[in-house]
Amino acid sequence: MLTYAIRRLVLSVPTLLFISFVIFMLLQLAPGDPMAQVPLTVPPEVKQKMREALGVGEPALVQYWKWLVQVFWTEPKVFIDWLTRDSFLLGWLPDTNLYQGELRVISWQTRSPVMDIVLQRIPQTLWVVGLSYVVGVLIALPIGIYSAYRQYSVFDQAGTFVTMVGFSIPPFFTGPLLIVIFSVYLGWFPSIYDTTHVVNDWESFKYQLSQMIMPVMVLALQTTAQLSRYMRASMLDNLNQDYVRTARAKGLSEAVVVMVHVLRNSMIPVITVIALGVPAIFGGAIITENVFKVNGIGQLLITALFANDLPMVMTLTFIFAFLIVMFNLIADILYGLLDPRIRYD
Amino acid sequence: MTDSPQDDVILAEGAKAAPIEALKDKGPMAPPRSKWRDVWEQFRKHKGAMMGAFFLFFITFGVLIGPYLWTLDPQALDIRNKDMRPIYTAIWNSEADVGWNHPLGSDQLGRDNLSQLIAGGRASMAVGWAAMLLSLVIGTGVGVMAGFFKKLDGPLMRLTDLFLSLPILPLLLVAVTLFRQPLRANFGPEGGMFILIVTVVGITSWMPTARIVRGDVLALKEREFVLAARSIGTQPFKIIKRHLLPNVLSPIMVSATLGLATAIITESALSFLGVGFPSDFPTWGKMLADAVARMEDFPERVLLPGVAISLTVLGVNYLGDGLRDALDPRIRGR
Repeated sequence: MLTYAIRRLVLSVPTLLFISFVIFMLLQLAPGDPMAQVPLTVPPEVKQKMREALGVGEPALVQYWKWLVQVFWTEPKVFIDWLTRDSFLLGWLPDTNLYQGELRVISWQTRSPVMDIVLQRIPQTLWVVGLSYVVGVLIALPIGIYSAYRQYSVFDQAGTFVTMVGFSIPPFFTGPLLIVIFSVYLGWFPSIYDTTHVVNDWESFKYQLSQMIMPVMVLALQTTAQLSRYMRASMLDNLNQDYVRTARAKGLSEAVVVMVHVLRNSMIPVITVIALGVPAIFGGAIITENVFKVNGIGQLLITALFANDLPMVMTLTFIFAFLIVMFNLIADILYGLLDPRIRYD
Repeated sequence: MTDSPQDDVILAEGAKAAPIEALKDKGPMAPPRSKWRDVWEQFRKHKGAMMGAFFLFFITFGVLIGPYLWTLDPQALDIRNKDMRPIYTAIWNSEADVGWNHPLGSDQLGRDNLSQLIAGGRASMAVGWAAMLLSLVIGTGVGVMAGFFKKLDGPLMRLTDLFLSLPILPLLLVAVTLFRQPLRANFGPEGGMFILIVTVVGITSWMPTARIVRGDVLALKEREFVLAARSIGTQPFKIIKRHLLPNVLSPIMVSATLGLATAIITESALSFLGVGFPSDFPTWGKMLADAVARMEDFPERVLLPGVAISLTVLGVNYLGDGLRDALDPRIRGR
């Protein structure tokens, strides 16, 4: 198992390098110039200097190499410095001061380091999208278990229909629909997510809840639709197995048979599916963040794309790819750990 | 007469000409049934799938012949009749601005909603079908190659894994914003966008098909009929065409329906984010995106395209569900 994990980890390095190279080369084809907004009175040679200060104007491979160095060498140094200086967990360690003012990945929009902006945006995304994933999982599992246990019952049929609807209605329709119903007609929830809102007492906490409900529900519907299908199928596979009959025959109560024996075996594939969905938390909520005006990572990517901010787009896309590769690895390893019948070696 | 079997044998030998009772045919047997007839019978039992198929054909034919029945130009501005409500609003609001000249109302520039819906449906369905076909061709090609030729299996499956680990929606957005200008210059604003979206959706959604097809081909090529075909000297590509492809047709059809659904949703999402077709060219996603700003006053402009997208995708998904049940021989018998 350990050798398998190490082998996969080592293999993921060339994969990630290749993906980043493909994305970089794709972005090299982009039209547009970071100096397009600079006034025409600035002489061309000054503009050229400014371009070089932003890292443009050199051969593509040199730029790629510099980006690699910045992301894999400079940014970790900044991160370790931050860990030992300001973080709660490791702040007691002596300051490392690894970062000596090298050039970091600079956004063309704000001229500030990309990673700083990403770190500012991550909490909003994690709160809204991460919470919606948790809610979706918590709703999906009981639905899947019960519809498998009572297969073809009214509950199962209704569950199938809701799942199909959840699959089919895109978030850019459910979002506005919920806004029309709950913000416009009923006036229960605010239609826009206010990220500057600070929670410090009960009232503000209630407001925070009410502004999170709609985006969380929109995203949770999608998660629920997918996961409850998997859960149901996996439970159905196990419910007809011999060991279930044995468990019933030796007089175990129905609750123990279903919730302990069957559920534990059925969770194995479902947990890997849950792990595979985690990267989508970061990347897949672009539309929902756009609808509810949550200024998370997805919205950052969209604005960076429209503003032609290539370093930002490059770094964000690479972060998404990194997460996908890592969680694929985690899912495979989890599968092996949870199911002793599976041997990778 | 006793019940011992030996007595029967003696009896049968005694009456030489008469055949054994148990071996006699009782009346003519049912004629052999073709596989596709069985599939159809099973498919008909799935009510959701029948309704889904019916709705899909209704929408497809509706957007195909719709412009000939309702001849108003979807892009024609009729500024005097702007912001009209659908005709059914008159039922509960007698003061609403309605009229039979715009049965589903008109938008803020006076463009007719019904003809926009039809034209938008044309764009969405065209993109959906074309992107689905492209991804099927790529997916089946890669899957068959990887399954049939052992040397290609490793590289092609690594390629599939690589594509699976790409962040699809961000890359779609990047590709669309990057290649919009050159393609527009070469193929016109609408044609260029059509080619771009179909290609981009096609080459980012073929991976599941390739995996399924490869798995099936790996199992099929060890079967006797492939060995027989090989032993009489059939060329590899003839084997693929005559013996393998017809046998992997069912998983391909199921993933085709899934592909159609994803393609329609992806196209609408791109239009919704404003990176799809040009702004004067109606698509369902574009209509929805334009209407979101005014949805308090004119909720029907959000609802009509939204319901159109959702019902189409729902129909396609149910169709796929029914096809999967009908094409699976283990379920079909029951």
